[in-house]
Amino acid sequence: MGEEIPAGRIAELEATAREIRRDIIRMTAAAGSGQPGGSLSVTDLLTALLFEELRIDPKNPDAPDRDRLVLSKGHAAPALYAALSHRGYLPPEELLTLRQFGSRLQGFVDRRHLPFVEASTGGLGQGIGMAVGMALDARLAGRSSRIYAVIGDGECQAGPTWEALMAGGHFRLSNLVVLLDRNGLETEGSTESILGIEPITDKFRAFRYHTLEIDGHDFRQILGALAEARRTTDVPTAIVARTVKGKGVSFMEGKSAWHGKAPSRAEAEQALRELESPSGGSPR
Amino acid sequence: MSAPGKRESLREAYGKVLVELGERDPNLVVFDSDLSGSTRTILFGQKFPDRFFNVGVMESTMMTMAAGMSLSGRTVFASSFAIFAAGQSYNYVRQSICYNHANVKIVATHGGLLVGADGATHQIVEDIGLMRGLPGMTVIVPADAPTTRTAVRAVAERPGPAYVRLTPEDLPVVTDGRFTIGKANELRGGSDLTFVAVGSMVARALEVAEELGQVGVSVRVLDLASVKPFDEPALLRAARDTGAILVLEEHSVLTGVGALVASTTAENYPVPVRRVGVPDLFGESGEPWALLDRYGMSKERVREEAWELLRARGKVQ
Repeated sequence: MGEEIPAGRIAELEATAREIRRDIIRMTAAAGSGQPGGSLSVTDLLTALLFEELRIDPKNPDAPDRDRLVLSKGHAAPALYAALSHRGYLPPEELLTLRQFGSRLQGFVDRRHLPFVEASTGGLGQGIGMAVGMALDARLAGRSSRIYAVIGDGECQAGPTWEALMAGGHFRLSNLVVLLDRNGLETEGSTESILGIEPITDKFRAFRYHTLEIDGHDFRQILGALAEARRTTDVPTAIVARTVKGKGVSFMEGKSAWHGKAPSRAEAEQALRELESPSGGSPR
Repeated sequence: MSAPGKRESLREAYGKVLVELGERDPNLVVFDSDLSGSTRTILFGQKFPDRFFNVGVMESTMMTMAAGMSLSGRTVFASSFAIFAAGQSYNYVRQSICYNHANVKIVATHGGLLVGADGATHQIVEDIGLMRGLPGMTVIVPADAPTTRTAVRAVAERPGPAYVRLTPEDLPVVTDGRFTIGKANELRGGSDLTFVAVGSMVARALEVAEELGQVGVSVRVLDLASVKPFDEPALLRAARDTGAILVLEEHSVLTGVGALVASTTAENYPVPVRRVGVPDLFGESGEPWALLDRYGMSKERVREEAWELLRARGKVQ
């Protein structure tokens, strides 16, 4: 579906994502708390956005026409912080201050103290509403900015998520792209065993979105879907990205226990060893 | 001013000021949630349809959308009934508006018991407490239409979040509209006792103060429309000068202006304080002004509490 992306560029993005995953492990281990599972699942989506898709400039972070990313699943803050550091928005040494007193790197992202972060998020179902407001604002102001909202699948159980999505569809916000990190797991188990959200793609379609289903760890598919969203000029786009919670670390993959638990020092060392090789923890 | 004047609608005053603000600021936008006829934001919507968003019955998400809309520099107004704007939407206001320091002005109509016939589900008497507890939130409770006009202009000019609580009932004009955020408005001078009042109870405070004046009791009346930030010096001056304070509010006494006045004086200049307001109860359907009487805010009750304080001060036997 997408434009041709050189294999070398894909390899670069994969390498960047691997470094971000390593940082997520280091950061949450140092903090002793945090959400590694949902950070590792969303890493490839964030990497594609920050290093390829978004029209942004770390040297001019407030440019009015910049694209905007809202991390509505604010608990993936470690992934965003790590990506921001690799993208030149944060000094790398600051990453290990995650969740510490006085740090800019709050447990959930804080707009008021960080560049690039457009919206402070944490309570689920709120960032998506702010993103819809931003998309309306950009259209009303005649700005070419595009707005990208990254939501979680547990978040799809929250009513206001659907209120916001309904508004995005109603107002035909074609400058809005919603990316769902569909890792299938929330804090206490699988979404389908707790409160099922399927058929999720049908739901987005019923809410008047152009929908795409992709493998959220395959950069060709991610970038192809984002390109298709750009070509969709009459309605917003929802990308359902199938992902693996804890992606890249064998003992975290597919385990909801790693939603909100930091690795011990030994676990972190093992995770970092697994994340040294390009193949990661387990084959795709 | 002393004798209350003609009655005027605070909501209508708000709607008209919105139009004036919309003419002055081409970037100002307004949100409503299917109640624009009642909140009177419809006046703005008719004049500026491109900058007016009726988002239907989704008050919480109206707040998050308003926040997102404001973050690139706009002034955004969002209106609904207070039960939805403050009650339904509390954590959305807290995180998306206050924590983000979004430039959103929530103008909530239908605060308090004067909602009347709709009953308890729609009569919020906890909203001032909820909103004044939020860091960075400005909270204004105007007593009449002239103050509403000035206050709405003032919050539009002040960057950051604000909550303005209006009542559905027309209220007597009791001020000349002079209002500054953070300043109390002394509507009547006095030395024996102070009434601190907000919203619909300001007129009642002035009426009872007038009656007491006729029997030689000198009552100061402070309109504390600016609940947050509030005029601590004026409050403590009143405590020092008059030695006792009666608070009048159409709100729960647990968390409203009475709680604010009692805690501030207790910390800084303890004097007897009594609170006239809604006890720890839900309201019910009824004629609006009769509900105020039934729920502890009658003129008789104000008089009784005033005499109680005067006795406590040893000013009468």
